[in-house]
Amino acid sequence: MADSKQENIRNFCIIAHIDHGKSTLADRIIERTGLLTEREMQSQVLDNMDLERERGITIKAQTVRIIYKARDGEEYIFNLIDTPGHVDFNYEVSRSLAACDGAVLVVDAAQGIEAQTLGNVYLALDHDLDVFPVINKIDLPSADPERVVEEIEDVIGIEAQDAPRISAKRGLNIDDVLEQIVEKIPAPRGDSSAPLKALIFDSLYDSYKGVIIFCRIMDGTVKKGTPLLMMATGAKADAVEVGYFGPGQFIPCQELTAGMVGYITGSIKNVADTRVGDTVTNRENPCDEPLPGYKKVNPMVYCGMYPADSARYADLRDALEKLQLNDASLFFEPETSLALGFGFRCGFLGLLHMEIIQERLEREYNLDLVTTAPGVIYRVHKTNGDIVELTNPSNLPDPTEIDFMEEPMVKAEIMVTTEYIGPIMDLCQERRGEYQGMEYIETTRALLTYHLPLNEIIYDFFDALKSRSRGYASFDYEILGYQTSRLVKLDILINHEEVDALSFIVFADSAYERGRRMCERLKGEIPRHLFEIPIQAAVGGKIIARETVKAMRKDVLAKCYGGDISRKRKLLEKQKEGKKRMRQIGNVEIPQKAFMSVLKLDEE
Amino acid sequence: MEIYVHIPFCLRKCRYCDFLSFPCGGEEKRRYLSALGREIAGCGRGRGEGAVTSIYFGGGTPSLLSGEEMKDLTESLKRQFFLAPEAEITMEANPGTLTASHLAGYREAGVNRISIGCQSVHEAELSLLGRIHRYEDFQESYRLAREEGFDNVNIDLMYGLPGQTIDSWRQSLEAVCALSPEHISAYSLIVEEGTPFADMDLDLPDEEAERQMAADTVEILTGHGYARYEISNYARPGFACRHNIGYWDGTPYLSFGLGASSYMDHTRWRNTRSMANYLKNVSVPACLRRDVEILTVENRMEEYMFLGLRMTAGVSQSEFAKRFGRSMNEVYGRKIEHFVREKLLTNSGDRVFLTERGMDLANVVMAEFLLH
Repeated sequence: MADSKQENIRNFCIIAHIDHGKSTLADRIIERTGLLTEREMQSQVLDNMDLERERGITIKAQTVRIIYKARDGEEYIFNLIDTPGHVDFNYEVSRSLAACDGAVLVVDAAQGIEAQTLGNVYLALDHDLDVFPVINKIDLPSADPERVVEEIEDVIGIEAQDAPRISAKRGLNIDDVLEQIVEKIPAPRGDSSAPLKALIFDSLYDSYKGVIIFCRIMDGTVKKGTPLLMMATGAKADAVEVGYFGPGQFIPCQELTAGMVGYITGSIKNVADTRVGDTVTNRENPCDEPLPGYKKVNPMVYCGMYPADSARYADLRDALEKLQLNDASLFFEPETSLALGFGFRCGFLGLLHMEIIQERLEREYNLDLVTTAPGVIYRVHKTNGDIVELTNPSNLPDPTEIDFMEEPMVKAEIMVTTEYIGPIMDLCQERRGEYQGMEYIETTRALLTYHLPLNEIIYDFFDALKSRSRGYASFDYEILGYQTSRLVKLDILINHEEVDALSFIVFADSAYERGRRMCERLKGEIPRHLFEIPIQAAVGGKIIARETVKAMRKDVLAKCYGGDISRKRKLLEKQKEGKKRMRQIGNVEIPQKAFMSVLKLDEE
Repeated sequence: MEIYVHIPFCLRKCRYCDFLSFPCGGEEKRRYLSALGREIAGCGRGRGEGAVTSIYFGGGTPSLLSGEEMKDLTESLKRQFFLAPEAEITMEANPGTLTASHLAGYREAGVNRISIGCQSVHEAELSLLGRIHRYEDFQESYRLAREEGFDNVNIDLMYGLPGQTIDSWRQSLEAVCALSPEHISAYSLIVEEGTPFADMDLDLPDEEAERQMAADTVEILTGHGYARYEISNYARPGFACRHNIGYWDGTPYLSFGLGASSYMDHTRWRNTRSMANYLKNVSVPACLRRDVEILTVENRMEEYMFLGLRMTAGVSQSEFAKRFGRSMNEVYGRKIEHFVREKLLTNSGDRVFLTERGMDLANVVMAEFLLH
């Protein structure tokens, strides 16, 4: 057992742009410190959801404690706090950073600094972390570590000459990183005898232990029996177990003291009681004031989720409840659609968060879902002075009752090589971006800043960015606030009936184009019926686009003799089965996937 | 009951064909025919089954068989089964393979109906289909068949072909009508998966043209005195194909040969499609059987409807009640009413049948007659 002297603790995280090798370096560090043999290591220990491994991104913060025997002969405790790697989880990232004293900045030796690199570095510097750089992927043929060193010094302004040049993939020079963690990251400060003050940076629900709080002890000590108070939510509990994080397991210990990172359980039933960013104190000997920076995270993106088979409504509810146990930022409430029946309006931190929840519902709970177009929260100012926060387009008040509407805006930073500046500026322009400025990072790359409506980036902005820059642009954003906008509700009428699940809010000037594309797309999705079906897009009752699904004229098998009968039966069965999976709107049958086709309007 | 015999050989595979057939050598053909004889002899069924009202030799190209070979086959069938005196005995034939001596032999073997695959009267269309014959070969075959005294002849035609026009189709119909066969089958081309056509970039007529061809078919053929009695089949009075009507009205049929399907005792099955397997196991017919399905009463009601409705005469309410002990109205009343309202079905007295539009949209109606 290592000496748990406070001066031998190092609490740090690894920050990087996506794909620059954060998780691989984390694996190497864990491997090098001998906690797991290579065989026990599953690639990327810290990303433990299947989904995370598949997508190569970190969704939940993971933390691991490692013992390292340094060249100075001392044993050090490393607490590696891995942070979520996506803008949707920016707040979680900031809380994880607040639990650290320093950060290892991983930069790809070929690609250099990207938009997220900058975002993450600034976030780390905002939290007063000591940051030191590591140049990764030096084994790549296109690696140019010296250029990247210069870039780091010029752009970020931190010393980079002695940055370890490593290949995390090949395990090259990992020891240099470990030594620099000891040298360059300060030991935690804090007083173990002061009143307890601990920062919650994550939590998870365990069906045996209840909520497991992940925390960094800033001051004081917590052990079994300590009476706890969560200062923001007011929730109370008594500590049942405290401990630290072994790779992939929880290891109980006697107590957690100032500077340590570990977990607390206390038979807490609801993750909502232990919000990320809250401060845990001893309710009999509380600290003066909570740690700064707590905020309740609110969903930014909403969509309707319906079971494809309406009989599975209760299963969907149970599954959402279970996911919510571990994810306090997931919001849902029941809603009813004329077209889709009973389902839920769900709120997410962002589009990735939405996709993750959707995939987990489908994979882990075996649900087949119909999802409506994602939207943001619009603020509707009514003429009577009321303000409505609109999450479902169907609830938009009558236009005569609306004074004006506002929509959320983001500040987007886009890093792009100079040859693609034109196309990217065009893209931002098309998405109603307001140009803020451009800085040259080096002669061939620039950082563009735009203010964009969140609504315009939640569908497919990232994909468009990648395709227009041949993959060379990177992107980061933060929420700015609300701004007045001219917005209208676009309705879709199928065979003259309005389909509520297909309505969405759109910028007035884009309504015609979006309506036209919706109609085209739906024309391709709705099978031919015995009669002609008009598909219309309308704004405020006025038709702005129309397509027609022609009546079916032929559906017959020319031959059916003795050897064809079994096959013919199967064909008819398939035809009937396909019909069952349609949604009936008036006398038109619409396939489930038509409702989702609106999500992919920009795919050509 | 009816009997089907499969001859899986052809000179060359046509590009649209998804039947079980392939070119073969003489030795392979002899071994197959001898196996067929053994399968028939060992089928475990016999004269107790009731009279065989129809025999159909399909393929492939059964006219690759000599008169003698055909005689051997009918002889072995006659040894095993009781053949009704008026039985219809059909064989399929392809132009370019028929000779006068073959035809005489077929007559002697008892064949009394011949079905010739003409498909088109235009050389360009025939060659795109991958047919081995030219139109004049067909004319020659037809003449020979008439000379040999065949007085019940069917001609197969196809429309919706790549490169085909409304005019060229009308010409095919008119030319064939001028020959005055007793029966004409006119099929709309189906591009089946796994056929060369499926991988080709075909210049198919657009929907408008294809529908016009369908309409012209009805108009021209009925104009020449052929009555449409099934989706793709037309005949002079008294010459509708009894064998095929059997498939559509639920008559049991026993089949012999590679891949052939049977329906007996409310059970469907087919023989193996592997020649090696067939030749090896032919003396134990039970070992040949694949995809055995026992039809429930509900399955049989469904089939009665979706097969029966292929015929212009449609289905009979009294026959339904007699077979299944329940009235058609009780089982399908609401569906029938619905489609009558949609003008896809109509009824007259005891019978329910598809309208002309219903024939074009038959699958829409038929799918709804499945009970689950």
